[in-house]
Amino acid sequence: MSNATRTIPAQPVAPARRRIRTGHERTNWPATAVLIVCTLAVLVPLYVTVSMALKTTGQAVDGNAFSLPSPLTFDSFTQAWTLTNFPRGFMISVFISVTAVIGEIVVSALAAYAIVRNWDRRLFRWSFFYLLAAMFIPFPVVALPQIQLTGMAGLDNPLGVAILHIVFALAFNTMLFTAFLRSIPLELEESMRMDGAGTWQVFWRLIFPLLGPMSATVGIFAFIASWNDFMMPSLIISDPELQTIPVLQKMFQTQFSNSYNVAFASYLMAMAPAIVVYLFTQRWVMSGLTQGAVK
Amino acid sequence: MSSMTRPSTRPVVTAEPAAKPARVRKSRVDPLYYLFLLPSLAIFTLAVTLPAVLGFVYSFTNSVGFGDFDFIGFRNFIAIFRDEGILGAYGFTLAFSLVTVVVVNVLAFLLALGLTSRVRFRTALRTVFVIPMVISGIVIAFVFQYLFSNSLPLAGQSLGIEPLTTSVLANPDLAWLAIVFVTAWQSVPSAMLIYIAGLLTVPTEVYEASSIDGATPWHNLRHITLPLVAGYAVINTVLGFKNYLNAYDIIVGLTDGGPGVATRSVAMAIFRGFEGGDYAYQMANAVIFFLISVAIALIQLRFTRGKGGIAA
Repeated sequence: MSNATRTIPAQPVAPARRRIRTGHERTNWPATAVLIVCTLAVLVPLYVTVSMALKTTGQAVDGNAFSLPSPLTFDSFTQAWTLTNFPRGFMISVFISVTAVIGEIVVSALAAYAIVRNWDRRLFRWSFFYLLAAMFIPFPVVALPQIQLTGMAGLDNPLGVAILHIVFALAFNTMLFTAFLRSIPLELEESMRMDGAGTWQVFWRLIFPLLGPMSATVGIFAFIASWNDFMMPSLIISDPELQTIPVLQKMFQTQFSNSYNVAFASYLMAMAPAIVVYLFTQRWVMSGLTQGAVK
Repeated sequence: MSSMTRPSTRPVVTAEPAAKPARVRKSRVDPLYYLFLLPSLAIFTLAVTLPAVLGFVYSFTNSVGFGDFDFIGFRNFIAIFRDEGILGAYGFTLAFSLVTVVVVNVLAFLLALGLTSRVRFRTALRTVFVIPMVISGIVIAFVFQYLFSNSLPLAGQSLGIEPLTTSVLANPDLAWLAIVFVTAWQSVPSAMLIYIAGLLTVPTEVYEASSIDGATPWHNLRHITLPLVAGYAVINTVLGFKNYLNAYDIIVGLTDGGPGVATRSVAMAIFRGFEGGDYAYQMANAVIFFLISVAIALIQLRFTRGKGGIAA
């Protein structure tokens, strides 16, 4: 479909070579055009969100999502800000995300290091497969007892949600880190041990910095997943005052009622942080996903 | 895996006994390693294994979530197989997952093909196509809910398309399509990135050689590209099913299970166990759900063998 230039065969070998070479630099404009049209599928909903948020309540109820805002107003943002108590929700979401990011990186990296360096021992090998089993246990399966247990342990709060994020990402993260650690030669570590460094120093001064790119990937996915999640906080956090940004959107549905502009301003404030983080960290998002799949 | 590391450690130990202390790990493990492993094992056991065991035990009782209860054997499980609400939830979830997996894979593959061909603005295009992946499911579902229930009917009226004149979300026959649409919108990017990774592993020389031999683009696609990315399709199918079977956030935002119970997923049914007082009953449902999820995952993993799949 995308290779108009590849279809010039039946040439003598030498000219064909040259032809293909020049073909490499030629842009496939039809495919480019099709892809640009396809971006509308992504951009239109985003445009709708922004333009709806900038409308007046009167204009927003007319149902025409695609019209430009006239007059332009930023009132909806201040209204959404105070109505949902955005700063509080924001701080709680940040707390959960930061805890999940740091926790996922440190806990999984430590476990992966211990497992890889002691793979010849049964306990560590079995622990690896035990942790991997988590991939088969989705949150809904254990949700009901978890709600009970977190309640009893006093973890029916943002901290409990952060811990659960760490747990449910454990299998995937440990797999990523172990795959990466296997490619780090033992010699590096041994020379450091010869100089008298213990396991603790070796890990923090040598291994953990080496894991940097992988940690970046794990961290970004931890952030995106925990920032956007609705299922866990909505079930685990019992106090509505401690709810995260996505859950607040659901809680305030009835209060937004016909003030669609306020609702969309609130949605926009909910999505913006993750989009901004993504735009600045794209490189690791792309590489991380593919590494995770191939390993 | 084990064959990779074992031969490298054993010969060393036998060849130079106790010469390098760091290498003789066979005899003594630095206790610190146990400490490194402890946090993972502890939180996993407390937060997953323990609730899983508890849930399994509860599924054989008549508990309502608190107070006294009795063991009632398999009665919950038998009742579930006669519960039309729950069977409906399974039917919906499985059908929805299957359709979504197909839709997502087709779209993601086509986009990946486009983005790995000689198009302009490749990086910018990829940046845009990945954005849906980083947006909260329930938030974007609310955006689409507005579009489906307010803007689409307006368009349907002016174009005179009868089924679209009312909200598709209120139509029991069409609401699930809206859920497929939004779920696909959100999950195409990750599948697309995996396909791009797959397509980039195919060396361009292969295409050049086959073109010189007179192969058409269609031939290239069928006989070179598709077989080589088959393994990636399996990865996408496994990961996709894993997500779609647990569908929750987007459905809550779009239909909240409605109209009626037309789009209630299994996860939604299970969570109702906490409000409805049928706690043990929904735990039995969760056990069945777990077995079905594992069965589906294992069936898919069988296909990954020898195709460079995820599994260790």
